[in-house]
Amino acid sequence: MAATLNIVRVSASPPAAGIRSEPTIAKLVDTSTCIGCKACEVACQEWNDLPPETTVQMGTYQTMPDMTSNVWNLIRFSEHDTDDGFHWLMRKDQCMHCAEPGCLIACPAPGAIVQYANGIVDFHQDACIGCGYCMTGCPFNVPKFAEKTRRVYKCTMCVDRVAVGLQPACVKACPTSCLQFGTKDAMLQAANRRVEQLKENGFPQAAVYDPPGVGGTSVVTVLAFGDRPELYGLPASPVVPRAVLFWKGALKGIGNLAIAGGVLAAAVHFIRYGRKQKAP
Amino acid sequence: MTPYRFSERIMHAVAAVSFVYLLLTGLAFWTPALYWIATVLGGGFLTRAVHPWVGVVLAVAVTWMFVTWSGVMRITDEDRAWRRSMGHYIRNEDDRMPAVGRFNYGQKMLFWVMAGSTLALLVSGLVLWLPHYVPRSLAPLREIAILAHALAALLTIGAFIVHVYMGVAVVPGGLKAILHGGTTTDHAGARR
Ligand code: SF4
Repeated sequence: MAATLNIVRVSASPPAAGIRSEPTIAKLVDTSTCIGCKACEVACQEWNDLPPETTVQMGTYQTMPDMTSNVWNLIRFSEHDTDDGFHWLMRKDQCMHCAEPGCLIACPAPGAIVQYANGIVDFHQDACIGCGYCMTGCPFNVPKFAEKTRRVYKCTMCVDRVAVGLQPACVKACPTSCLQFGTKDAMLQAANRRVEQLKENGFPQAAVYDPPGVGGTSVVTVLAFGDRPELYGLPASPVVPRAVLFWKGALKGIGNLAIAGGVLAAAVHFIRYGRKQKAP
Repeated sequence: MTPYRFSERIMHAVAAVSFVYLLLTGLAFWTPALYWIATVLGGGFLTRAVHPWVGVVLAVAVTWMFVTWSGVMRITDEDRAWRRSMGHYIRNEDDRMPAVGRFNYGQKMLFWVMAGSTLALLVSGLVLWLPHYVPRSLAPLREIAILAHALAALLTIGAFIVHVYMGVAVVPGGLKAILHGGTTTDHAGARR
């Protein structure tokens, strides 16, 4: 499904001319059926040939505090103990593959970040210059800088597997079908079905997390406490930082006009008044 | 034209060369339309690595200038009088301008704009240099740094355009003085 070589957006470049219409794909993460087994973490390391990273004992069921340039998939764990009762909340932290990717918008290097027609946002390290602007543009704190190569890395949605009709490695490994993969429409349907079940089973706040602030994401998450995504470490209403949009939008236009205006003014002045006379 | 001491010319040259490099490479990162400048200067990856270090060189040169000149650059009542009749200066009616000391109000403003902007560029540049050391909790700092760096850079570009235009095209002997010291008409003022 969904060959991935149809590029629609390239960082620091005009819109790409991908013309084939392809369905948007998505990964469904049903946090309510995640058992925290970390099979997806292992599968990700293995498929992507990522070197092992030393785990950190945090006193919880979480492998380490944050993703790294070698760890693109981290099951976050938080304990939730309030009036709602006692819950262990698991959440799959990875690139969300935003429809409006802040990383790509912020990137100054042509070709370093691409967005495929199927929704996958991918980093091309060969064109990456290591400036780190994507880290500022991403509302989910996903891209990670590697000191060793001075470039930035993140989940590729197994673009190399998806391109040949396979599902991402993490989905393949998940033993509870908490992870599913398909067209975004199908995943949203499955997510909504699951939310209905949760609502009937004592989680009236259950909801699908597909934040509109970034145009929706290709990682669709079912949250039992959908009214409080922060419990899972997710931003409640993520948007591409306004500073980044202003910088790449209005400020760039104003700045370019001002520079051109300055040069023009000097030229006009020279033609009108010219060189000063030598002091006598 | 005031003659410039050898040390003044050296520090100006260091500032000028580093500024032009930073200007060109900064523009390459500012807009994709000028990214080819980075390609010409060794590629985006190298340019990204070198730009901050050259920024440090500029900061050192500007600090040197500050130590050397901040005294004579103080804005005085004379300067305020000069500013009021600046229209004449722009129209090259220099005979209607009040007398000035070593630097006129325009040169002094250039000095202060460049000094202030360089400080802003240095501080914001440090954040942009090592974004991965700025923790997520301080993410707004990275956003502010992006805007501050762009705004301060635009300010210096404006000042730079006026400065280069005046020095090269408008003021006779200006370029010669900063490159070689005194002017042919002014040996006596001497090389201090
Ligand atoms: S989650 Fe971050 S890195 Fe992934 S597409 Fe969105 S902005 Fe880019």
